[in-house]
Amino acid sequence: MSNDNEPTLAQDPWHSLKQFTPARIALGRAGVSLPTRACLDFQLAHALARDAVNIPLDFAELEQRLNAQSYQTLTLQTQAENQSVYLQRPDLGRLLSTSATACLQHSVSIPFDAVVVVADGLSSTAIEHHAEPFLSLLLPELQQKGYRLPPVCLVKHGRVAIGDAIAERYAARLCMVLIGERPGLSSPDSMGIYFTYQARSGISTDAERNCISNIHENGLSYQQALKKLLYLINEAEKLQLSGVNLKDETTDTEPNSQLKQANFLLD
Amino acid sequence: MYKIHITQQGYDFKTLRNLMAKATPARSGDYLAGVAAVNNLERVAAQWVLADVPLKRFLNEALVPYEQDEVTRLIIDGHDNAAFAAISHLTVGDFRNWLLSEQATTAALTAVAPGVTPEMAAAVSKIMRIQDLILVAKKCRVVTRFRNTIGLENRLSTRLQPNHPTDNPAGVAASLLDGLLYGCGDAVIGINPASDNLEATSRLLHMLHDVIERYQIPTQSCVLAHVTTTLKAIEQGAPVDLVFQSIAGTQKANDSFGINLDLLQEAHLAALELGRGTLGDNCMYFETGQGSALSANAHQGLDQQTCEARAYAVARKFKPLLVNTVVGFIGPEYLYDGKQIIRAGLEDHFCGKLLGLPMGCDVCYTNHAEADQDDMDMLLTQLAVAGGTFIMGVPGADDVMLNYQSTSFHDALYLRQVLGLRPAPEFERWLQQHGIFNAENQLQQLADVPALFKLPSY
Repeated sequence: MSNDNEPTLAQDPWHSLKQFTPARIALGRAGVSLPTRACLDFQLAHALARDAVNIPLDFAELEQRLNAQSYQTLTLQTQAENQSVYLQRPDLGRLLSTSATACLQHSVSIPFDAVVVVADGLSSTAIEHHAEPFLSLLLPELQQKGYRLPPVCLVKHGRVAIGDAIAERYAARLCMVLIGERPGLSSPDSMGIYFTYQARSGISTDAERNCISNIHENGLSYQQALKKLLYLINEAEKLQLSGVNLKDETTDTEPNSQLKQANFLLD
Repeated sequence: MYKIHITQQGYDFKTLRNLMAKATPARSGDYLAGVAAVNNLERVAAQWVLADVPLKRFLNEALVPYEQDEVTRLIIDGHDNAAFAAISHLTVGDFRNWLLSEQATTAALTAVAPGVTPEMAAAVSKIMRIQDLILVAKKCRVVTRFRNTIGLENRLSTRLQPNHPTDNPAGVAASLLDGLLYGCGDAVIGINPASDNLEATSRLLHMLHDVIERYQIPTQSCVLAHVTTTLKAIEQGAPVDLVFQSIAGTQKANDSFGINLDLLQEAHLAALELGRGTLGDNCMYFETGQGSALSANAHQGLDQQTCEARAYAVARKFKPLLVNTVVGFIGPEYLYDGKQIIRAGLEDHFCGKLLGLPMGCDVCYTNHAEADQDDMDMLLTQLAVAGGTFIMGVPGADDVMLNYQSTSFHDALYLRQVLGLRPAPEFERWLQQHGIFNAENQLQQLADVPALFKLPSY
């Protein structure tokens, strides 16, 4: 494929507007259709997003990486047996498999302060890229607080609410779930963190959770996400709650000044 | 009552609600809800039984109890018996035959529409193939007006959707201009605000108003905030053309959206009072989608397609300019793959048109659905053949705010070329006047942006 100057292609003389938006504007056209380059660009982005959903997370590799930093791990299954079931039955992704339940029963004796759960969710690439580097920042902070922590639970085919069942098993006060978010075309590897105070299976609702979303290279940084999470932990410990009544009042570093940016259509 | 013996197997479906659910073509949301047929034979058995149910039966056996649900009360109390007379003797199976027959002309379908309930439309759609859904919908004609005329024969309108992740005005303007220069935006210029608050909504409303005024574009604007936010904006004097709201087919689901019929009525009256339409007063824009009631755990044992059709009763009450089924947005737990999304989109369009609504479709999917651009091309083409009123126009089909894939400006131009579909006449004249389209409605080769628009000198 040569360049965009082929005579069969119509250029859009408003290229300069691309500076204002990540949207796919001024793509040009071949006849009325997408030029080859723009068409394949889209296919590439979609392929990355689809692979993030469908290629299974390498749990053994993740375990190794965490164990290498001397963090203990426990790999658990939900009742969603495979990816197709997982996608169609969100309810099963919120329930531990029989073997996982049995496994947790053995390990609990006295209450823990917090559980850290990592679930593949809808993007294995998000967890592959971001879980271990983020945990290597988070876990020392939690240890420094003197928190008693069980092994990091790695959950195959898990939804956010799987954390409730695990927190309940460990009688833990704080629950943090790192999960692969629904991939967008521009962010196939976005990780989210869901924080719940006194999470209990079948009882905790989404209104009781705080979410830190959009953790990826062009989104929220690990440090920004960590700052937000530690803020939520401290406030939750004070207020003894999480969710809609616990507002995240950390400031986003993104400047609001862009709102004042002129609208060229009306100048 | 709803019994059949088929290939040595007896079935008793007990209630009309159960029968409807079992007769529905397979889709993941109905399995998730636990209401779907367990196998193909049970589904077809239910379809045989359903075909013999008299249409009158739907007026006597409410699928959600009358006492408990204001959508049911709206359907029953608002039913037009005179319009129904022409089809009142038919069963569901006869109704399908009648709809396909030469007797069901555009005029006959228009006359009968107020006598058709959502459940009747849903029931007949369950025993129709894709080509039936297309053929009948194509005969329906629903024309609405605000500042232009939507829904005329051989016309296809587009909603220009210039969303931006942070509502940045220059970012919105960039996508907006891109769309206009591709001939998009006659249905509405409609923005999904990144945050649903009064200040952001008002700012966007003023901006869209100013753009439409300044460039004298024969179209209308909408900021897709919650109806309560829009009402507050109206109180503050913001220039609201169309009031937007997502609606569903049960009272409980609407509750979960924070709305009810009274609230919609209040908003409708407030928008009418503003009187901003120049050609007509259709001033509501509704969005729906199969699965929305179940996702709020408010489906009341209904299958998702019947639930969806009931939402159209809510829409119909307020004479909307546009109704949009956002078919693939909800995800694979409701519509698993391209096949399910395609059929659902065409069912929704058919049911909406049969009930007399200006039905468009957001031909769309998410990245965790088993679907791709080829599936969208199929639904897009079939919807346009069926006479779909409007589709979305998103730059490159990639909505960078809502993170899903819809249809592009290019997609609309493709349909115009292969099917000879034109934009709304007033908008078409504007496009030609400013040299965006030529007299044959083809995009002009532009060496520069039309003189009307001044670009920033960066």
